[in-house]
Amino acid sequence: MSIDKSSTPGGGPVVENPEAAHDAVTVVDPRLLVRERGFAGYVSEFKRKLHAGDLGSIPVVIGLILICVIFQGLNSNFLSAQNLSNIAVTMVATGMMAVGIIFVLLLGEIDLSVGSVSGVSGAIVAVLSVTHGMNEWLAVLVAIVSGAAMGALHGFFFARVGAPAFAVTLAGLLFWLGFMLQLLGDQGTINLDGDGVVGRLTTYYFSDVAAAYGLAALAVVGFFLSSFLDNRRREAAGIPSRPLVDTVLRTVLLAVVAFAAAIMFNQYKGLPLALVLFLVVLVVTDFVLRRTAYGRKIFALGGSVEASRRAGINVTAIRISVFAIAGTFAAVGGLFWASKIAAANQSAGAGDLLMNVIAAAVIGGTSLFGGRGRTWNALLGVMVIVSIQYGLALEGIATPIQYMITGGVLLATVVIDSVTRKTQKTAGRA
Amino acid sequence: MVHVSATPVLALRGVSKRFGAVQALTDVELEVHAGEVVALVGDNGAGKSTLVKTIAGVHPIDDGVIEWEGSTVRINRPHDAQNLGIATVYQDLALCDNIDVVGNLYLGREIRKRGVLNEVEMERRALELLTTLSIRIPSVRIPIASLSGGQRQTVAIARSMLGEPKLVILDEPTAALGVEQTAQVLDLVERLRERGHAVILISHNMADVKAVADKVAVLRLGRNNGVFDVKTTSQEEIISAITGATDNAVTRRAARNGEAQK
Repeated sequence: MSIDKSSTPGGGPVVENPEAAHDAVTVVDPRLLVRERGFAGYVSEFKRKLHAGDLGSIPVVIGLILICVIFQGLNSNFLSAQNLSNIAVTMVATGMMAVGIIFVLLLGEIDLSVGSVSGVSGAIVAVLSVTHGMNEWLAVLVAIVSGAAMGALHGFFFARVGAPAFAVTLAGLLFWLGFMLQLLGDQGTINLDGDGVVGRLTTYYFSDVAAAYGLAALAVVGFFLSSFLDNRRREAAGIPSRPLVDTVLRTVLLAVVAFAAAIMFNQYKGLPLALVLFLVVLVVTDFVLRRTAYGRKIFALGGSVEASRRAGINVTAIRISVFAIAGTFAAVGGLFWASKIAAANQSAGAGDLLMNVIAAAVIGGTSLFGGRGRTWNALLGVMVIVSIQYGLALEGIATPIQYMITGGVLLATVVIDSVTRKTQKTAGRA
Repeated sequence: MVHVSATPVLALRGVSKRFGAVQALTDVELEVHAGEVVALVGDNGAGKSTLVKTIAGVHPIDDGVIEWEGSTVRINRPHDAQNLGIATVYQDLALCDNIDVVGNLYLGREIRKRGVLNEVEMERRALELLTTLSIRIPSVRIPIASLSGGQRQTVAIARSMLGEPKLVILDEPTAALGVEQTAQVLDLVERLRERGHAVILISHNMADVKAVADKVAVLRLGRNNGVFDVKTTSQEEIISAITGATDNAVTRRAARNGEAQK
């Protein structure tokens, strides 16, 4: 019983000396590597992050630059305003669905039904507004609500009944595909009015040059003010805040990208409506995920279901709502898809759409393992996928090669995801 | 010595619990006062965890009475226990690895301003709480995954303190920890006592128990096997109560002789 001796004098040795306890009142532990201020600080921080596997969006940004360089080398039309503008419009359909998928991926689950649900959404609008003459706005609303209901149904079977999400949504994929074909009936294709609500989703451009510049300016000012005010509040509360230089650097970076895009759009038809809607969705969903209690609960579920349950989170309700969100965005994506081809047809939501949606989310940096990702990942990921499609199309490279290349990119991304996860684990960041 | 109140915060009187054919707890008595650390010890299967779960509301009791600050209460759900002011830190800490310290502390009870998370206020209060408990953590804005086992334990305990509980139950808080980390957690237990909380500490480690506990309640095969004052009891006595070494031929004869002489 030698253990006894060490602790007999009233537990004395266990207690730290009082001075050390006073020391503990420092805000930041001295062992934590704090970034030095200034440019050198950025470089060393970047190196450290690289070693820790904390890559963030760096791989995908590098990938995008590579894509641009390669395709521009092959065909000088790739970086033309027209081509880039078309990419920006085309990517919205897939991008909207990817936003929904990211919600599901954050839970660590998967939704295979988004392609079929998007097809149903397009078919509902076409049948209601064209065949039955319903007001198109109302038809759009019905389609989106139906999407939410379909998602909630998947969520019910997953969260309440306890069936694996993979199987439930696989069943959904088949069922809703059949449902869409049934809706479209014998003729198989219903053409939409190109000047209607859905038609104009992808064909309307704000031709006034002020629109693009205005949006860019709004984004830059909004970003700067929100970061600046947030830092002021943190300083006022006496908690660590970002140095001003940091905020300014980020703002400048955003300004460069935003105004470059604005100049590019204005050289073609102007700012596309579809892109504006997509950006609004990204800002709103990002806000919901990172700044509201609801979003925090989604991340918590992706981290540990048991911890969430003990914290009093209604796990079932959150899961159902997340699948409903995925269904909603699938339906919205379906509308953009129908708008792009100005029709609802039997091939909508089929083919490689589902795979592209999931690939976009993952390529953008959303973890398949749950709990890590942002909806902005959808933008980066879908840019990569659609750029490859357009670049290859410009070269006249056929679909088989396109599939193989996209598959390769996806594989590379999940390899990066898995490897960084491993490094992050060893660096204690996962 | 910290002042110990006369009425116990929590008192169990004749508590029994059955699971099917197993009598897990039989007529267990336990008293915990404010500003007191009661160590609950016993061999594996002695009923420590079951007892804690009945207090925490995971398993409702079959027989007996639970008194809270002098009056009889029923604890049927974990929610009941929380409402009374009982916080339990289980062995598996139930923290979200991907969320930072502040987020974990406030998970499920986020501070909101106009529906939006008030991160600034949460971080300020989190720092304040960690400071009063003298908890050392590299930064409150790093994910739980980057913390050591001991730091996670202190975060879990700090999390239980947010609701200002009167009774904190710690289920083997030092089981998986190294020397320095164990010391940190034990410091924290002492600080809880100094702040006037009642603490029930489950532990297998006699050194830990002797270091921080005021009383040791021993369970053996689901029954009370003595409550000892830590100051006046030797470790050997406690261990023999745990293992039942006191229950041998000599003691039995002594007990019989005692009865016969009456």
